[in-house]
Amino acid sequence: MTINTLARGGWDREQMACFQKMEKVIVAMQDPDMGMKMRNQRLLITVIPHAMTGRDMITWLIQKYCICEEEALHISGMLVRYGYVYPLKEPRSLVLRPDESPYRFQTPYFWTSTRWPASELDYAIYLAKKNIRKQGELMEYEKERYSVLHKRINHTWDFVVMQAREQLRASKQRRKADRIVLECQEQAYWLINRPQPGAHNVLDMGLERPNNLSARVTLVSDIITFLYVSYVPVPFVKYSEQYQNHDPIMQGCLPSNPWISDDTAYTRVLGHLVLLVPAFAAPVDLVERWSFSFMELLNDIMGRREFMIYLEKEFSAENLCFWQACEDIRHGESSRIVEKVEEIYKNFLTPGAARWVNVDSKTMDKTLKGIRHPHRFVMDDAQMHIYFLMKKDSYPRYLKSDLYKNLLAKAIMNCPTCLFVLSACSPS
Amino acid sequence: MRSPRVPEMATQEVQPNETLTHLKTESDTLKTKLEEERAKLHDVELHQVAEKVDGLGQFIMKTRRTLKGHGNKVLCMDWCKDKRRIVSSSQDGKVIVWDAFTTNKEHAVTMPCTWVMACAYAPSGCAVACGGLDNKCSVYPLSLDKNENLAAKKKSVAMHTNYLSACSFTNSDMQILTSSGDGTCALWDVESGQLLQSFHGHAADVLCLDLAPSETGNTFVSGGCDKKANVWDMRSGQCIQSFETHESDINSVRYYPSGDAFASGSDDATCRLYDLRADREVAIYSKESIIFGVSSVDFSLSGRLLFGGYNDYTINVWDVLKGTRVSILFGHENRVSTLRVSPDGTAFCTGSWDHTLRVWA
Repeated sequence: MTINTLARGGWDREQMACFQKMEKVIVAMQDPDMGMKMRNQRLLITVIPHAMTGRDMITWLIQKYCICEEEALHISGMLVRYGYVYPLKEPRSLVLRPDESPYRFQTPYFWTSTRWPASELDYAIYLAKKNIRKQGELMEYEKERYSVLHKRINHTWDFVVMQAREQLRASKQRRKADRIVLECQEQAYWLINRPQPGAHNVLDMGLERPNNLSARVTLVSDIITFLYVSYVPVPFVKYSEQYQNHDPIMQGCLPSNPWISDDTAYTRVLGHLVLLVPAFAAPVDLVERWSFSFMELLNDIMGRREFMIYLEKEFSAENLCFWQACEDIRHGESSRIVEKVEEIYKNFLTPGAARWVNVDSKTMDKTLKGIRHPHRFVMDDAQMHIYFLMKKDSYPRYLKSDLYKNLLAKAIMNCPTCLFVLSACSPS
Repeated sequence: MRSPRVPEMATQEVQPNETLTHLKTESDTLKTKLEEERAKLHDVELHQVAEKVDGLGQFIMKTRRTLKGHGNKVLCMDWCKDKRRIVSSSQDGKVIVWDAFTTNKEHAVTMPCTWVMACAYAPSGCAVACGGLDNKCSVYPLSLDKNENLAAKKKSVAMHTNYLSACSFTNSDMQILTSSGDGTCALWDVESGQLLQSFHGHAADVLCLDLAPSETGNTFVSGGCDKKANVWDMRSGQCIQSFETHESDINSVRYYPSGDAFASGSDDATCRLYDLRADREVAIYSKESIIFGVSSVDFSLSGRLLFGGYNDYTINVWDVLKGTRVSILFGHENRVSTLRVSPDGTAFCTGSWDHTLRVWA
């Protein structure tokens, strides 16, 4: 065989990692102690040694990795697709059959990772050998490729034919069994590296990722020693526990998961608010979540509206209006920043303004200074001050208010499958 | 008690008389010192704290919808806030808007380039953004008139010097965040196409990004081919935190619902969880039998489950707290390239190189 001297410079990093891992599995499978049991397989009139069945592989994988049959079938299927194992009975069908079908391990010489990338020269020699051996044995697509190669590397064609002849001569001197094995191995290699048109190409990597590693070295200087405290990741457990009942994938959702039941008839009805767009989440669920955090309340459109109604009753709606106006600047068009900042100043910050917001003097001074040269983040400090004001004061009071409690009760009432709760939770 | 953040790293050009090896040794020594300090404390691992938590039962999730219509590999998808519409993009340049519930196609646009690797739905539901090998991110307003040619109203917003790998609207239709193969991320004003902020720090292609759901809403995380996940301050453009524990390209990053952590998926076949306040990796989700890289990750609504789409055509579902795999889902016939949980958490959608999208519940 020709020795492939092409450098591995263009090798895809991702594929290399996968190949190495698959090779580890293959090596483990062939371990004399813990590996699979091999046997001789009959192929027509020849006996092929060191073969195993699809069923053997699956059983071994299930035991080794403690996985289910479906996953073992999938993994062994990948090993076949990538050419580490090839079928003896139907060589062109790179599929793993979970029965007594015989398979063999590919020799490392023919691992795709060993001979990467597959060279045109080698492919030409392979096709030439097939052609010489049995005239017309080439398949249609192979004939086409053969003639394309003939044109493209015409200058080395003498070498190709000479090599092909030489390899055929050498193989004739081998025992029949060895010869068949070698032919199978070579064929398996090319089925993967030059797949039939229309066949699944496992070596399709997608786009190249040009790895433009910078030549600059980042020097880490002036690291101030900082205090470490022992780390106990309790917050994640708490958060997940709080939200678990509201996780539709985990706990199901009321009245049903629409993707499973195909039911969009359920529309949200919350007292005086009716949404026209069918929404899937049960309002009980949502209204409850408003009580988990201020962010949950503000991030939900209905929550924000309800909160605004409450604030209006308390004569502190200007805070939420201010906050919304600041959000609008932060995330809005650059061209309207100046205009919006002026609006905010007029409506919320001028002394005696109709909707004056109570910001501490330090923040107010800083903001007023910043307004002279308005930019996207000029309201950040004031916005944060008002946000925390609402969070610490208005928000907890809202959750204790009759407004919220009535809403929650109504939501429970409106939930069809919650009717059984009615007896326990009488509407006020 | 919070640990104060490491201040910004000062960067210097290499002096001609300093050798690369000398600098590398210095940085390695510092890293070892830090690890030694960390090891002295008695940190409790996430799965240890989670020991008292109930285990999860069997999960039966199936494909509930299959969206067929792309003529080539599906590369990216995003949900609309209305919880049923989806935008998807593919290698052949097509961007399609679907009603995933009925599986009907509502809009289709053909981009002037192939490999549309990024697409995003605007918060209002009235526009989509997409881009790829054209190095740009363009916004298409969605019209109610099905016959209208969407391509005519196209607006070019972002310009990079290499392929666009990901894009996302911020809290409004007016701003877009992009990441690119040119190693940078950038924030753009949609109306004017003006660059508002650029983010430099990755040493190679940036492949993914996600916006933080925090109260102050000012940060985002990005992952790249330099194996790093960086957290950025959107206002200043500074990288405020950096994590480098993956062994290969990071294909996907996604915030934990509370915003205190984020997960990443990489070509090294692992997913990892990073705690932002503790400034460290807190969990690795991997299995010996999982050989192929992770292309995309997303959390379930409560953050208890992490879904990963893999290059071996499967989806693995992980128990975030206990670190164990809960389920493996089969169905796609080629790589899973993109995965997103729906806004109300009732389902998740995957896109694959097998030309289809599937909704699972």
